[in-house]
Order: sequence, then structure tokens, then C-alpha cells
Amino acid sequence: MNYNWNWHIFFEPNPTGAGTYLDMLVSGLLLTIKTALLAWIIALIFGTIVGILRSLPSKAASWIGFCYVEFFRNMPLLVQLFLWFFVLPELLPSGAGLWLKQLPNAPFWTAAIGVGLFMSARVAVQLAAGIASLPRGQKNAATALGLTTAQGYRYILLPMAFRIIMPPLTSEFLNTVKNTSVAITIGLIELTGQARAMQEFSFQVFEAFTAATVMYLAINIVVVTGMRFLERSLAIPGYITGK
Amino acid sequence: MFGNLDFDVIRRSLPYLFLDGMSFTLMLTGLSALGGLIFGTLIALMRLSGYKLLGRIAGLYVDFMRSLPLVLVIFWFYFLVPYIGQWLTGASRPIRVGAFTSSLVTFIMFEAAYFSEIMRAGIQSISRGQPAAASALGLTYAQSMRYIVLPQAFRNMLPVLLTQTIVLFQDTSLVYVLSIPDFLGAASKVAQRDGRLVEMYLFAAAVYFAISCVASYGVRRLQARIAIVR
Repeated sequence: MNYNWNWHIFFEPNPTGAGTYLDMLVSGLLLTIKTALLAWIIALIFGTIVGILRSLPSKAASWIGFCYVEFFRNMPLLVQLFLWFFVLPELLPSGAGLWLKQLPNAPFWTAAIGVGLFMSARVAVQLAAGIASLPRGQKNAATALGLTTAQGYRYILLPMAFRIIMPPLTSEFLNTVKNTSVAITIGLIELTGQARAMQEFSFQVFEAFTAATVMYLAINIVVVTGMRFLERSLAIPGYITGK
Repeated sequence: MFGNLDFDVIRRSLPYLFLDGMSFTLMLTGLSALGGLIFGTLIALMRLSGYKLLGRIAGLYVDFMRSLPLVLVIFWFYFLVPYIGQWLTGASRPIRVGAFTSSLVTFIMFEAAYFSEIMRAGIQSISRGQPAAASALGLTYAQSMRYIVLPQAFRNMLPVLLTQTIVLFQDTSLVYVLSIPDFLGAASKVAQRDGRLVEMYLFAAAVYFAISCVASYGVRRLQARIAIVR
């Protein structure tokens, strides 16, 4: 392979004048984490609401939940981001559209909300499956104790369901981290974006991508290890994953 | 709010969008699914082969691919494929690789990791007695895989494989980052040329939505049919 390797490139100053190439990549890493965390919060909130809707006995509620999930699952994430970023401001009344377009950090907020809503459909499916996996007796017992439907969900069904779906939620969180890289297309310079920028400035393609790869792997290892501890401490006694 | 929109731009660009863009997308989806399934099955067989080293290598590959974002993998292969081609053909300099070949290699390698997990689950769902019966009948390992295990694993996993192919169909839109005119890329080219972002992106979203909806409805029907048979 006739390629000029230069691993010292990371410690050379980058052309933006602020620190080295390594600093560039680290700032991308931080932005990736920040975007992913905000997106994950949005995904959890909306995913919980829609997941509950899907599990309610009411036909209308579960139909709304079904439509929500189908809407966000049947379009590529990239297209959804384009809709939020390019199309939404044009369809709003001109004042609101202008305000959206002039928002500082627009790519960041669009990415967090877009990825968050995209992932919320997946969280909703997982949560609905988790609630459905609970024995029917739990809901009945809650009713027999005089709990309202809301109380039953708040104190019985949701705490159980969330503890059961912890492992799939971990991989959904990792998907959220990976999906933030799609926001490169609306101008968010996160980790993949910074690696690409470094490649364009320095021509050291493979060093730049290797560094980004290592950073993504590191995120994965940290999250998986952390979640394993959390899963163990939250496992429900008596279930297969429990003690 | 739709006052100053010109939806005629869609009609004018329909031939380009579908003959060039959508045919690229569908071709890439189909060939990547096929290649990903073949390589994925090989990887799954490696993991279940019982040879520790082979299994370890296959496992590392799958974990590695699954922890990287597709956009980064697309960039990786875009720059790497010319060097791989040089290495394979023994040429003196990195060879020129077309956009289609480059993205096809990317998606096959990436999807192989995901398909292999599905096939692994499928193979593991076959009861142990079947390969044992096959070897009692005098079938070799290859024959028992070919005639007994893989056909059943493939059939049991067909709905999951198809669902993954729908995800793949949506993911091919990410070749946009290489400015390749797939369906979304074509829509975006027209959008930018004519200054009609709203119309073109709404149309692209509607087309992706319709195709994915119909396809996943078909998968649900198929799943129901298979469930009755088993």
C-alpha cells in the first residue's frame, strides 16, 4: 500500500488556528455525545408516551400509537432530518419560519430533535413489547387494589417494563449515538464530520478515520460496561436476568 | 401555506428520479441484501463452527461493524476500496472505482454483520436432533448445512431478513454523503437546481414512506402465513 502514514499528524496544529487536529476530533466527540444525550432524552419521553398509548385497551389510543410509529419508522432518518431542517421552516407562517432559520446552532437542535423523534418510535415499540410481556395478573391486581389506570402504569407496569427492556434499550441508545452522524448532512460537525474535515485539511485519510473509529468503539465499550452494571443492579429477582 | 409551491417540478423530473435515482437505489438494495446474506451466512457458520479462532474472528468483525455509524463506514470504504483493488489486482497505483461499486462493497460488508446475527439466531433455532440425524444418515457437514439446516433457518428467519432489507433500503439514502445520485440524491440535485427544496423533499419522503409501508405490510402478511404453517 503506497500511502504515506503519518501518525504525528494528530499533534500538529489544525488550520482553524485553535489547537491540534486531536483537539478537533475531541470537540467532535463531545458534540456527538451532547447531541446523542439530548436526542435520547427526547426519545425516552416521546417513546414512553407512545409506548403507553400502544398498550392501552382503547382502540383509538393504540391506533394513534401505531400511526406514530409507522410514520417515523418508514422514512429514512436522512429524509426526516431534511424535512425538519429544510421543509418545516418554509411551511410555517413566515415569522415563525424566519425565527427557526435564524436560530443559532440550528443543526444541533434539528439533529437532536430529529434523531430523538426517530428513535422514540423504536423506544415505543420496545416499551409496548415490555408491557405486553408482563403477566396479565399484574394489571388486574393493580385494579383490584383500587389503583387508577394512571397509577397502575406509574407504580406497577412501567417500573417492571423498563427493567425488563433494559438490554434492548442499551442497544437503542448506542443506535442513537451512531445515528447522530447522519446529521453531518445538515451541517453538524460531530465526530464523523470532524474526521472528514481533518481528512480534507491534512490528506491523512486513514489516520483521521482510524481515530474516529477508535472513539466510537470507546463510546460503545463505556456504555455497554456501564449498562451491564445498571442491568445487574436493576434486574428483577425471579426473572431469567435476575438473581 | 402551499401558495407559492410548484409541484409541477416533480412531474417534470419524474423520469430522472425513477429511471436514474430509484433504479440505483433498488439495485443497490437488492445486490447488497444478496451479498450481505451470503457473507452473513458464512460469518454465522464461522461463529458456530466450533473452531475457537474462526469464531473469535467472526465475532470481532460483527461487533466492530455494529459499533460504527454507517456514515463513517461509507467514508472508510470510499477511500479504502481503491487501495483494496490495487492490492487485489497487483496494480502499481490505487485503482479507480465507480460510485456504485464503492457503495456496493460498503453495504455488503456492513450488512453482512447484521444479516449474520439474524442467520445465527435462525441456525440456533433448529433443534439439535436434525444435524445429528443428518450425520447419522451419512451426510457430511457441508451437505447437512446445505440440505437440512440452512433451508429451514432461512425460512424461519425470512420475515426478519426482509425487515432488515427494508431498513437497508432506507439506509442506502446515506450514499448522499458521497454525492451519489440515488433516489434521494437525484431529488436533492433537482431541488437545488430549481430551488424547490420543499416540493422535492416532501415528494421523496412520501415515496420512501409508501414503499416501506407497503413492504412492511407484506412482511406482516408473510409472517402471519408462516406462523400458521409452523
